[in-house]
Amino acid sequence: MIRVVLPAHLRTLARISGELELPVDGKITQRSVVDALEERYPTLRGTIRDQATKKRRPYIRFFACEKDLSHDSLDAPLPEPVAAGNEPLLIVGAIAGG
Amino acid sequence: MSSVRVLVGTRKGAFILTADGKRDTWDVSGPHFAGWEIYHVKGSPVDPQRLYASQTSSWFGQVVQRSNDGGQTWEPVGNKFEYAGVPGTHQWYDGTARPWEFKRVWHFEPSLNDPDTVYAGVEDAALFRTTDGGQNWEELAGLREHKTGSSWQPGAGGMCLHTILLDPVNAQRMFVAISAAGAFRSDDAGTTWKPINQGLHSEYIPDPAAEVGHCVHRIAMHPSRPDVLFMQKHWDVLRSDNAGEMWTEVSGNLPSDFGFPIDVHAHEPETVYVVPIKSDGEHFPPEGKLRAYRSRTGGNEWEALTNGLPQKDCYVNVLRDAMAVDSLDSCGIYFGTTGGQVYASSDSGDSWKPIVRDLPAVLSVEVQTLA
Repeated sequence: MIRVVLPAHLRTLARISGELELPVDGKITQRSVVDALEERYPTLRGTIRDQATKKRRPYIRFFACEKDLSHDSLDAPLPEPVAAGNEPLLIVGAIAGG
Repeated sequence: MSSVRVLVGTRKGAFILTADGKRDTWDVSGPHFAGWEIYHVKGSPVDPQRLYASQTSSWFGQVVQRSNDGGQTWEPVGNKFEYAGVPGTHQWYDGTARPWEFKRVWHFEPSLNDPDTVYAGVEDAALFRTTDGGQNWEELAGLREHKTGSSWQPGAGGMCLHTILLDPVNAQRMFVAISAAGAFRSDDAGTTWKPINQGLHSEYIPDPAAEVGHCVHRIAMHPSRPDVLFMQKHWDVLRSDNAGEMWTEVSGNLPSDFGFPIDVHAHEPETVYVVPIKSDGEHFPPEGKLRAYRSRTGGNEWEALTNGLPQKDCYVNVLRDAMAVDSLDSCGIYFGTTGGQVYASSDSGDSWKPIVRDLPAVLSVEVQTLA
């Protein structure tokens, strides 16, 4: 199981609370985790990444294991502790604006 | 007894204000979708319990919410707004070509006869339609693909399609307005479009009488006379008596002919309301006095409506989608401000009071008159 932490507004939108545990098949990457997330919570489609291009929205960041992975390839493997379910993937809304 | 429901979109959520037909005491519900920008909330004229809300965020993009119980509960529906085909480019502020890119829904216009059919005006300017209650959205691409489309430019607020008027008599006819391209009309249910900007004069563009490029802020229509249109432009209030074929300025004695909203009395098709704002650099009421203006002659002759509105030290703005009317016997007029007040008059504008006064900046106001 992959652990995922969402921003508060997206937890509200998806009607969930706290950290998520998601089953993800195959290679554990940003793309496969967000695919699984959107599959389980269709209301999140378009809120993390563009629905057509799959490009991350500009004010969204992916953090894990104290690293900013936002600019990594969507298909790069996530850190081993995330793949092993020991550390969460943090999907973060940038601290900006009002 | 009749009642009134006011749907308010703000920078930080939606609010629903309800009162009985006397409109003395108001109940405030909200914030719905707290923290999100709610550009517009509007109900179906066929089924008033069916509401659509545009929920947007610079962080999380566009969400569309639908309610089947008048706003007590909501469910997210489809939010995929994909331009048809290869969308091409429009002009950017610096004159360069820029690819069309969806940003947000500014305005929902539910169909006059089907609660599942809704039109959406979006930024970058285009018109979309759903026929399944918001699950799927399809672009009516004939508008964006008009031969002038590549020359459209954004106004200061973005290149938004903010006004959609459906002709209640001729189902084939609809009007839209885009900042800063101008007004357009379709006579074939949205398949093809023509600019309807003759008579507009805009000193801020190279050819003041150009076919497109005018910063139209809002258009209004009385349902009994769909060929008569009223327009608040970025400077100038105008009217057309022939469905937009030609416009005539009717700014008359207004203290400023700049402003954003314009609306028509529910029972008097020649009674029109605007809120003059000082422009360009200030965007607040002239002299710090918040005044709605009413013309009972379809323009040119305007009277200030001040009773109950702040007449000193008031520096709010009233945005283009933030005025509406109810259809009770004594017509109610409503407008919201960037200072978070929603003012209402239950006597056609003679007197006003704030029905709520400390909301986030108000982006839109719609009113439902319920049986």
